[in-house]
Amino acid sequence: MGYTLDFSVVWHAMPALLWGCVGTLGLALAGMTLAMIIGVAGVAARDSKAAWLRALVIGFVEIVRNTPFLVQIFFLFFALPLIGLKLNPTATAVIALGVNGGAYAIEIIRGGVQSIHKGQLEAGYALGLHKGQVFRFIVLKPALRAIYPSLTGQFIMLTLTSSICSAVSAYELTSVAQRIESDTFRSFEVYFFVTFLYLAISWLLMLSFAVISHRFFSYPTR
Amino acid sequence: MAPHFGLPEFGFLLRGLQWTMLLTLVAFAGGCTAGLAVALLRTCGHKGVEWIVRIYIGIFQGTPLLLQLFVVYYGLALTGLKLEAFVAVAIGFTVNASAFLGEIWRGAIQAVPRGQTEAAMALGLHYSSRMRDVVLPQATRISLPATIGYLVQLIKGTSLAAIVGFIELARAGQIVSNQTFQPLLVFGVVGAMYFILCWPLSWWGSRMEARLALASQR
Repeated sequence: MGYTLDFSVVWHAMPALLWGCVGTLGLALAGMTLAMIIGVAGVAARDSKAAWLRALVIGFVEIVRNTPFLVQIFFLFFALPLIGLKLNPTATAVIALGVNGGAYAIEIIRGGVQSIHKGQLEAGYALGLHKGQVFRFIVLKPALRAIYPSLTGQFIMLTLTSSICSAVSAYELTSVAQRIESDTFRSFEVYFFVTFLYLAISWLLMLSFAVISHRFFSYPTR
Repeated sequence: MAPHFGLPEFGFLLRGLQWTMLLTLVAFAGGCTAGLAVALLRTCGHKGVEWIVRIYIGIFQGTPLLLQLFVVYYGLALTGLKLEAFVAVAIGFTVNASAFLGEIWRGAIQAVPRGQTEAAMALGLHYSSRMRDVVLPQATRISLPATIGYLVQLIKGTSLAAIVGFIELARAGQIVSNQTFQPLLVFGVVGAMYFILCWPLSWWGSRMEARLALASQR
């Protein structure tokens, strides 16, 4: 084989690729926001008094967690227009990521809420804290701290999963890479480089999460 | 005139399901073998080797599976080997599985109480016997829920082979959907097939996890 690797195509396409990174981060951020909304609403519904609502949430979580994201996004791609949501591919991708991430967020947030012992609340009231203070200092902050590692891990997973949104040609890094590939036929070079762009994104996210965690959650527990 | 979704189409999806299962089995078997090596190297005690393996695992955990698949698929094509699509994607999933299973088992090996290793050393067991007869059997038990969890991930992950054009269940679904113009029905059936495959495994895994948690409380 007389194939010589030529990474100059990657260099020429750098601005487009960096914009692709921005697209990926935006997609992930929007998807995660939706996932958190679904997560919080899901947790509330999961512990509601209505049995059908609880069953609905459990069914939703199980279905999402046991089917591939690719099939989910294809399904939504065709299903959303039927319920009157004629969206562009990127908006469809946000919804798909939000629905997928939401199912995982429900499980994570629920674990955090359950980790708060009832005695803690009683102790808070006994100390004379009012309801808002108990929620803020005894429920919210410790619960956030408990779920923080899983939630940030989930965010990174969601960012990596967003590459699959290229299958419906949403605007993000992988679809940018696919376009460059079809223009230049340098498949290996493009995808090899883009893989490391994703790695850089993951590391950047991990680093920021560690800094945030250090800033907000580094108080002693016992 | 487009055909409706009927028995022949369903049969086509079932054949796709077979390929999904075969791909999963091959990648899981290969991933278990390579993953064991990764886990053992990761815990071998040699700082340099452990760092290299750590970076290896970090790369797979920090990049999308789809891109890993692309790199392996097009990278193998560059070597001039004429590989079938199945072999190429199977290699891609195997490498990914080796990193993830390696990391899971690394955790399990380190979760086995240190006293076990020390006792085995005191008995004069050498490395291979210490691992094979003392540490690994206990680590296997600890790691089983997470291993099953990864197997579910792997089954779902094989759907990405569709994007490089290998006809497994998800790709079969795309083809049938394009033929019949009934995407909701087709992807509903495809989703149900994945669900039937994954859900019992997930259930088994979480049940085992609960039992292990109970056992460790005592």
